[in-house]
Amino acid sequence: MKIIYTDSLVVGAGLAGLRVAIASKERGLDTLVLSLIPAKRSHSAAAQGGMQASLGNTVKGMGDNEDVHFQDTVKGSDWGCDQHVARMFAHCAPKAVRELANWGVPWTRVTQGPREVVVNAEKVTIDEAEAAHGLINARDFGGTKKWRTCYTADGTGHSLLYAVDNKAIAMGIAVHERMEALKIIHDGKRCHGVIARCLITGELRAYIAKSTTIATGGYGRIYEVSTNAIICEGIGQALALETGVATLGNMEAVQFHPTAIVPVGILTTEGCRGDGGLLRDVDGHRFMPDYEPEKKELASRDVVSRRMTEHMRKGKGVDSPYGPHLWLDITLLGREHIETNLREVQEICEYFLGIDPAVDWIPVRPTQHYSMGGIRTNATGESPQLQGLFSVGEAACWDMHGFNRLGGNSLAETVVGGMIIGKYVADFGENNDLVVNTSLVEQAMGELRTEIESLIDGNGTENPYVLKREMQRIMMDYVGIFRNGPELDKAVAGLKSLLERSRNLVVKNKKRHANPELVEALRVRRMIKVALTVACGAAARTESRGAHAREDFPQRNDKDWLKRTLCRWPEANALEPEIHYEDLDVMQMELPPGYRGYGVDNAIPHPDTAIREAEIAVKLAALGEHADRYDQQQVLMSFDLPQELMPKNERLIDKISAQLGDKNS
Amino acid sequence: MSQGRTLTFNIFRFDPQQPGDKPKMVSYQLDETPGMTVFIALNRLREEQDSSLQFDFVCRAGICGSCAMVINGLPTLACRTLTSKFAASQITLMPLPGFELIGDLSVNTGKFMREIAERLKLWLHPRGDAQDIHVLEAPMDPEEAAKLYELERCVECGVCVSACATKQMRETFVGAIGLMKIARFELDSRDARSADDFYHVIGNQDGVFGCMTLLGCQDNCPKDLPHMQQIAYLRRKMTSVLV
Repeated sequence: MKIIYTDSLVVGAGLAGLRVAIASKERGLDTLVLSLIPAKRSHSAAAQGGMQASLGNTVKGMGDNEDVHFQDTVKGSDWGCDQHVARMFAHCAPKAVRELANWGVPWTRVTQGPREVVVNAEKVTIDEAEAAHGLINARDFGGTKKWRTCYTADGTGHSLLYAVDNKAIAMGIAVHERMEALKIIHDGKRCHGVIARCLITGELRAYIAKSTTIATGGYGRIYEVSTNAIICEGIGQALALETGVATLGNMEAVQFHPTAIVPVGILTTEGCRGDGGLLRDVDGHRFMPDYEPEKKELASRDVVSRRMTEHMRKGKGVDSPYGPHLWLDITLLGREHIETNLREVQEICEYFLGIDPAVDWIPVRPTQHYSMGGIRTNATGESPQLQGLFSVGEAACWDMHGFNRLGGNSLAETVVGGMIIGKYVADFGENNDLVVNTSLVEQAMGELRTEIESLIDGNGTENPYVLKREMQRIMMDYVGIFRNGPELDKAVAGLKSLLERSRNLVVKNKKRHANPELVEALRVRRMIKVALTVACGAAARTESRGAHAREDFPQRNDKDWLKRTLCRWPEANALEPEIHYEDLDVMQMELPPGYRGYGVDNAIPHPDTAIREAEIAVKLAALGEHADRYDQQQVLMSFDLPQELMPKNERLIDKISAQLGDKNS
Repeated sequence: MSQGRTLTFNIFRFDPQQPGDKPKMVSYQLDETPGMTVFIALNRLREEQDSSLQFDFVCRAGICGSCAMVINGLPTLACRTLTSKFAASQITLMPLPGFELIGDLSVNTGKFMREIAERLKLWLHPRGDAQDIHVLEAPMDPEEAAKLYELERCVECGVCVSACATKQMRETFVGAIGLMKIARFELDSRDARSADDFYHVIGNQDGVFGCMTLLGCQDNCPKDLPHMQQIAYLRRKMTSVLV
């Protein structure tokens, strides 16, 4: 039995995983990363649009700060998020952007003077300040009050991933590529590492570590059509679920992105709409202002996706062999803008659709895009049930996104979450011993070996590809943008039957080393379990919140549902997860539930909301009118961060006022 | 979009880990569907005809660089190659040459890239102390930032290396990818290294002076990176170090 020992084990080499690895290595901990693929191929590279951070350098970002970013994030989450976490996040986002500049990211910078932009389908000239010249620029994204999304053309994820991976290489962090973690080693209380399988040789290895961080991304590929890379299959979530102890949070919160191309589901960035692109229907009519007169194309993603679906249901979609779609029109941005700031979009249009987006409209429709749910952690990124098991990025339900994530907040979460949680992971590594229990390791490895043997030598009859396709279709048909009781019941029943069938899998290809069919078989039964957490959670949640939209329960019901869904799978042979809930405490909130700003305000209020609002008014009044925003925030909801991350963020406006102050004095 | 054709895929098959296995070409037939890419075709072949077929895809959108292979004689990204692009119904797929073969169409570009990054130290070497992350960032010329991004768009797919005659003849040659990355850091005003420093890693036959200027890198680069321009630029820089 091959055992590899390390202090800090990270599963997943995307931005979140690498950032945690860097934080561990910075403290001198032995650090090792496992990855299915070379690190630079991770799905983080696909993020085009950018990362939110309230730098406030540009004219359209003036007045932005942590408070505004926090409020946008909480409203975007439809009050489903953990507000402490959202605060930690908003506070550290500018630090992460600046750190990335130190590591080599060539952020697009502000050019002083006038420039023409498209706002609400009209060309507008904005004039950037001389003092802002050369500082980091930001573009507009949906659901934000200010232009806050920092970017490098439309290759932000690529730039960030390359800079962070280069940093990891410079620090000598080992990445074991083409290794797939398939089982967590644990004793019911503490996590000790994972059992992983080499995708080239088939060798099983135990990785024993003080801390194990799961950073494997989302679970989009349980759906038939997804913008996710094909490796985003939810195996990280399944690993946690299969411990029987750790919980997954809010798995039913699945975001659909408004503008993926038809039919293949490749994403065109929200930057298209942020930069001024429009949505049009079969008649060429710009329909979003009819539904959302204020925010139009730049309403939150869940809202735009639902409005598009509603509009297509009215017969306003464009017919195609793949079903109806709508148009994304970026022609008004002009060729020069497209060829510099939206070049990935241009390439995708050219290669996959054979069109020129400077001339032609792009066929788009809402497509599965992001997993708000994931491995439930506390604010330090650790599983409340399994000590030493951390999770970060899309894999986790750290819960700054609640039931809907804002564009530009996922890329931000990877590096900001990695920066914060990385420090807690390092603390854990410094304060805990490595526990080596070889019988526990042998047991976990034995279970995996038995599973593999039964897939190769067993007398099963089920085909992994067939089961996977059926699961993906069920999720697409019954657990989509709009959901309802009868369909969700169908999904749960269908998935349970698939889970039973998955116990009878067999592979035709009998190789024990590189064997893509075996890889698929090992994944598919885990994926079906993850799919069941999504479907069961959605069936149980009889309200609409963020991306979870129930046709039979259209109201956001704060009275009964201001709570986080938690799923556990304690009985390995059970056909569905155990669901329970944790309440979100309104009395602890800085921003009690209110109107989100879209459509009719139909929320059923929580009884504590009015009480908390009154309490907030009293607290603010007691502070007096001279209190600054930091004092006010502290009084309403203080939050913890590692000391090094506590300093305030300086902004251009602070610097200018300081200089003016100097002159005046 | 063509429809109704039956395509023949001639695919290189070899499992280097299987004792006694010998490289061979195997043909598969598949009905073409509208919008079919090599990604779609290979997945269908594996699911429906031969579950042992090895190949790599990650993003399937031309972004990650995993799926480079030689398609009808030219190295390119398989995910964004539409089958309708080929008038003839025969499509031949070979693995990228010059990399360790994992099996069939799958090669280990990741191992090569990590090695070259370590050998050439392909990361930012900051001037002096790092900027404080709590205060306003150091300004950067917007044009410089844009130029850096232009050179940074490389996805490490390995096409340039596989299309390079020098690299095929001499394994120690750094290839266009390494040179492009050096050029990217050479341009970066935040990087402390000088032309003199870069001379030590690329001022030789394994670096810029080994290039035969056959343009295979630039002609095939899926991201249209200006490889030759950068190699020429670096050559002038390296020569100036000698003077």
